[in-house]
Amino acid sequence: MSEVQQQGGGDKKGGKVRSKKQSTRIDMTPMVDLAFLLLTFFMLTTTFAKPKTMEIAVPEKPKDNAPKPPEVNEKRVMNLILGDKDKVYWWMGITKPEVNTTTYSKDGIRKVVLEKERDVAAIMRGLGKDPDKFPMVILIKPVDSSRYKNFVDIMDEMKITKAPIYALVPITADDKALIKDK
Amino acid sequence: MVDLAFLLVTFFMLTTKFAPEEPVQVDMPKSHANFRLPDTDILLLTVSKDGKVFFGMDGKFTKQTLLTNMGNAHNIKFTPDQINRFAVLPSFGLPLSQLQSYLDMEADARKAIIQPGIPADSLNNELADWIIYSRLANPKLRIAIKGDLDTKFPVINKVIETLKSQDVNHFNLITNLIAEPGVNEPDNK
Repeated sequence: MSEVQQQGGGDKKGGKVRSKKQSTRIDMTPMVDLAFLLLTFFMLTTTFAKPKTMEIAVPEKPKDNAPKPPEVNEKRVMNLILGDKDKVYWWMGITKPEVNTTTYSKDGIRKVVLEKERDVAAIMRGLGKDPDKFPMVILIKPVDSSRYKNFVDIMDEMKITKAPIYALVPITADDKALIKDK
Repeated sequence: MVDLAFLLVTFFMLTTKFAPEEPVQVDMPKSHANFRLPDTDILLLTVSKDGKVFFGMDGKFTKQTLLTNMGNAHNIKFTPDQINRFAVLPSFGLPLSQLQSYLDMEADARKAIIQPGIPADSLNNELADWIIYSRLANPKLRIAIKGDLDTKFPVINKVIETLKSQDVNHFNLITNLIAEPGVNEPDNK
């Protein structure tokens, strides 16, 4: 490209030195290589999936002089036990509980919650109470061996089913005895 | 094509935010929650699979205030150098007594350390102090918990109880979005 012009002695036109027209094209290969290298680097390091978050609100710690919480008809209480090995145990009420087992899938706990919510609404209507004011109460009780995933799943289901009242409560010895042989 | 390549380079350069270094690998659970976590004013409590709690916060200046206050409360005098190093520390899980020697280490040596996690038991709850002083340093702080799929619930509960004892009744659980709506996919565990 830039070799020195060898001037011969015998020029025809009076020996006028003319600079040779340089080509305006430059070799872009290295630059493009670099561009692609950077492109690949940034593409691979970018984190696209921004973390999403689930908002959780827990009740305040009760003050010492706080009034006693209102009593709840056991017919509208649903107990959900987050068990070992991704199992969910559930039953309604306290007296004569019928323990059922289900899973965290769409056809599992979600169906149960929605179904029971309807049942509770019907019962409340039968008792002459407004089901909107006396909705189902869900008590979520994780056992010690349940995983964090189970907790997130159940909170997610609560959001999806729009369960009006749900609470995280510690599991009792009675609950443990109920699920023991399941 | 070259134009396009440069366009893409510029795009990626401007949008890239390097993921902060994590002391532990955490496999996040999935949910349908679709609320994006804000980028700033976050206190991130990472809970690893084996139940260790790690503390991470953004904001260089708030972290400086935090460490100074934390040192005053526990009668530990941090040197200005240590405070500056702490301000750029992404996330850590050490009892306060070990923090000084950790901050004195070089970056390479730090990686080799296996961090025991921040004590959060009811007897020695340093986590509660960290939360109090970081909220004092930055009142706008939002608290997020990032737990592993397989973290046992009692550990998470311990963190939640600690938060509750500080009157933090609103917090966030960081999850990944489920691609397909309506299914809680079983993970291959």
